[in-house]
Amino acid sequence: MPIRQKVFAVLISIVIFVVVIELVRKRRLREEYSWLWLATGAGLLVLTLWYNLLVAITHFIGAALPTSTLFFFGLIFVMLLNLHHATKNSKLTDEVKNLAQKIALLEREIKDLLEYKDNKV
Amino acid sequence: MKDTLIIIPVYNEEKNILRVIEDIKKRTYEMDILVVNDGSSDNTQSVLQLSGAKVINLPYHLGYGVALQTGYKYALEKGYDYVVQMDGDGQHNPSSIEDLLRGVKSGDVDVAIGSRFLSNKKYKTSFPRKLGMKLFGSLASLIMRQRVTDPTSGFQALNKKVIKFYTSDVFPCDYPDADAIIMLHRAGFVIREVPVIMHYDSQTKSMHRGLGVCYYIFKMFLSIFVNVLREKRIKEEV
Repeated sequence: MPIRQKVFAVLISIVIFVVVIELVRKRRLREEYSWLWLATGAGLLVLTLWYNLLVAITHFIGAALPTSTLFFFGLIFVMLLNLHHATKNSKLTDEVKNLAQKIALLEREIKDLLEYKDNKV
Repeated sequence: MKDTLIIIPVYNEEKNILRVIEDIKKRTYEMDILVVNDGSSDNTQSVLQLSGAKVINLPYHLGYGVALQTGYKYALEKGYDYVVQMDGDGQHNPSSIEDLLRGVKSGDVDVAIGSRFLSNKKYKTSFPRKLGMKLFGSLASLIMRQRVTDPTSGFQALNKKVIKFYTSDVFPCDYPDADAIIMLHRAGFVIREVPVIMHYDSQTKSMHRGLGVCYYIFKMFLSIFVNVLREKRIKEEV
């Protein structure tokens, strides 16, 4: 791997790490979402520094160039991340629905209580 | 307190809802009426204040299934023994309520589904709708080994066990349909279709239009498929 590529890849992994940690520190990214991103950064770093591993994986999956392997795993990662978000979204949708129902039911309850109170007075 | 609750989910029904409530009141005495207003953008909410029925207003439009489930949750909380659900557009004739409730109250069945095709073979509807009803009806009949003629019917009576089952997260909240019936069957509930009178109202728009139809067909197939794949959930578990 040319040294220029290597430096660039290492820099990118470091930037990913710093940005993710910073977002978690500022509480703009929850810890539960950060691990996938940190895992990408780590994966990229390992593959760049341990070039023989990248070559071995390239052979294993039958890719022509090590760079294709990186792209391929990058793509898979993005897909996984999207799927992860879709599952979180489904859960959130359920929770928001339950909350909205709860609010509506409580509102009814309050009205009933007030009516009951007015009738009593 | 009365033992039966009639749940009517409504969305933008300012023109019909009062008439529907009046019709029900004329025919039934021993039942409470709950209207779930699903975030209507017209005057439904203010019209409902005149109706004298209990009203629950959802904070925004959440869809037919969610409105219905809100009603189930209310029924469970208040301890009703039976629920009748019907549409707010006047399509369902209140004179059929007693027919629906008969089997459920006697304990023979857990769910009674009002079928428009058992009573009126000539019920008019558009061709694609008919095709969809036929398709999913046959599929449900095949899986349940029991004849299902009207899986899309929203005119149903349920007992307490089903109400409890439906208030859990297993309820298909977007639009409960053939998949919900199959789910109930697999959970061990006894389901029976009962002939009811339904009016065809040319003004009512189907819930599924345009691209929504494609999504509906896809969703129903997927939902039925995964329902069959899932382990049977026994009704007592939920």
